[in-house]
Amino acid sequence: MAEELLKVDSLKTVFRTEDGTARAVDGVSFTVGRGETVGLVGESGCGKSVTALSIMRLITDPPGRIESGSVIFEGRDLLSISEKEMRKVRGNDISIVFQEPLSSLNPVFTCGEQIREAIALHQKLGRGESKKKAIEMLRLVRIPDPEKRYGSYPHQMSGGMRQRVMIAMALSCQPKLLIADEPSTALDVSVQAQIIELLAELRDSMDMAILLITHDLAVVAQMADRVVVMYAGAVVEESPVRDLFASPAHPYTKGLIDSLPKLGQYLDRLPMIPGTVPDPIDLPPGCRFSDRCPRRFEKCAAEPPLFDLAGGRRARCWLREREGL
Amino acid sequence: MSILAARGLKKYYRSSGGLFLRGGKLIRAVDGVDIDLERGKTLGLVGESGCGKSTLARLLLRLEEPTEGTLEIEGTDFLSLKGGELRRARRMIQMIFQDPYSSLNPRLTVGSTIAEGIRIHRLARGAEVERKVGELLGKVGLPRAAISRYPHEFSGGQRQRIGIARALAVEPDIIVADEPVSSLDVSVQAQIINLLADLQKDMGLTYLFVAHDLGVVQHVSDRISVMYLGRMVESAPAGEMFSAPLHPYTEGLIASIPTAEPGRRIRAAIKGDVPSPVDIPAGCAFRTRCPKAFGRCGEETPGLAEVSPGRQVACWLHEG
Repeated sequence: MAEELLKVDSLKTVFRTEDGTARAVDGVSFTVGRGETVGLVGESGCGKSVTALSIMRLITDPPGRIESGSVIFEGRDLLSISEKEMRKVRGNDISIVFQEPLSSLNPVFTCGEQIREAIALHQKLGRGESKKKAIEMLRLVRIPDPEKRYGSYPHQMSGGMRQRVMIAMALSCQPKLLIADEPSTALDVSVQAQIIELLAELRDSMDMAILLITHDLAVVAQMADRVVVMYAGAVVEESPVRDLFASPAHPYTKGLIDSLPKLGQYLDRLPMIPGTVPDPIDLPPGCRFSDRCPRRFEKCAAEPPLFDLAGGRRARCWLREREGL
Repeated sequence: MSILAARGLKKYYRSSGGLFLRGGKLIRAVDGVDIDLERGKTLGLVGESGCGKSTLARLLLRLEEPTEGTLEIEGTDFLSLKGGELRRARRMIQMIFQDPYSSLNPRLTVGSTIAEGIRIHRLARGAEVERKVGELLGKVGLPRAAISRYPHEFSGGQRQRIGIARALAVEPDIIVADEPVSSLDVSVQAQIINLLADLQKDMGLTYLFVAHDLGVVQHVSDRISVMYLGRMVESAPAGEMFSAPLHPYTEGLIASIPTAEPGRRIRAAIKGDVPSPVDIPAGCAFRTRCPKAFGRCGEETPGLAEVSPGRQVACWLHEG
């Protein structure tokens, strides 16, 4: 396995609301190796985006708070360094790309200017130098006619082009880790394929690690080396991507994979997971998935630990204790 | 025999030319579309955003008035209806929207939302209304207690069920579902798709299923039509379209779908973005992104032509 770049350990992030405390991220641990792509997968509300924001220390406090745990990046705990040091980490070492590029770009500045500013700020370059670099970045993410597009405002670009601008900005300081939070979700399938292809190529040429956050297992299958599946604030499975699809170790993962419509295969009914994700304010006792699980048995009334399995896999399910893999 | 038949539907808008410009450019959102819905079947309508799918859907419900064309529903000339006649006829065709968060009135209880249509169309009165609402809730898999609760108390999937119950309340024959599952999580998507399939079987409903997700469309549709910049470019039985797409656009869309096969590197099969509908390329509109374009594609616009029984395509590659 690749040398460890990021290690998230027992991370707990809570949000205080009028109705009670939401345990959005409830003891999450995983690692990302140098140059490795890790998929962080789950349904909305499972805590995957909050995990990303916690790594970047972008949780607004109040109402949110990182309660405990550590985020070790290249040997340093990001949760204990000063805000000034953290600002250097963001953009230089770790960058983030969000789902909705329109709301992440400033509407009153041109796209080129926004990239140039990021470069000037982080690399301490002058106006001319940083502009040249910004145009280079636009070319790198395959924006046609980059000199001209430098002067375009966000609203003058399509969704796919805006996402390319966001990627250009995120990669302009050659981060060691890119956190991509649903980078292709708001896009058409044709443009989604373009963005995924671009990310994969840039990852390979820049030797960068990616934490790919998505609800879309198919996107993960195309890009990730390893997959971490989250459910109700906790990691329920971690597996190399091939093993995950070939033999999911958690019934939730199996349910997710089965409920994907498959091309060229006609079924009368799609297999589905009944019920809905539990409320993070009112998590059920025992295994959090048990009320939706087709394989629940007596033991599920107690919360299962994350069992270590063969092949570097982990699963939070009592079945694995009983049956192994 | 089709329950809905539209011929030559067009919808043109004029863009507001901006603050200081007079007159805008013509936007051809829907540009001469024929569509037939077969009773009890599902027609899937796919294409990238900005291709006119949603505008077409809205034309079929007369939420927008077409610029040109004809529309018959159950043999009635739907476009000539006015006032009370139109209101009564509207019962036949109902819509389910994409965003279950913004398509429900937050100030109305679920019961009132569903009952509204029943009252307007006088399908029941007094206590009978509530009984009907309760029955509908059961049909879409919601507890009866939902009747007195508000939309914000429900999850996305449950809200979509409320939207479905509202559409069914007026006993329609046709349901137009515009991206009904695209804002839902995978596990919930499957629940809603199965629910729609069950309802179709039980009630003999006809669906127009508009979506950009071809995987979902393939699963639900009997037939699929592909739209590009306001026109139909291909129409075929669902299975055939996926096993042997004819139009390069359809082929590209299918190749772009990420599949759950680890290690299969995705390839962007369609380059660039959809051109602006203000500036539709001359000739075949897809030629600017088409890997197989040749001379003729820039000169003449191919029409939708039948190339084998049940299969139509608008592409010069398949002429004759």
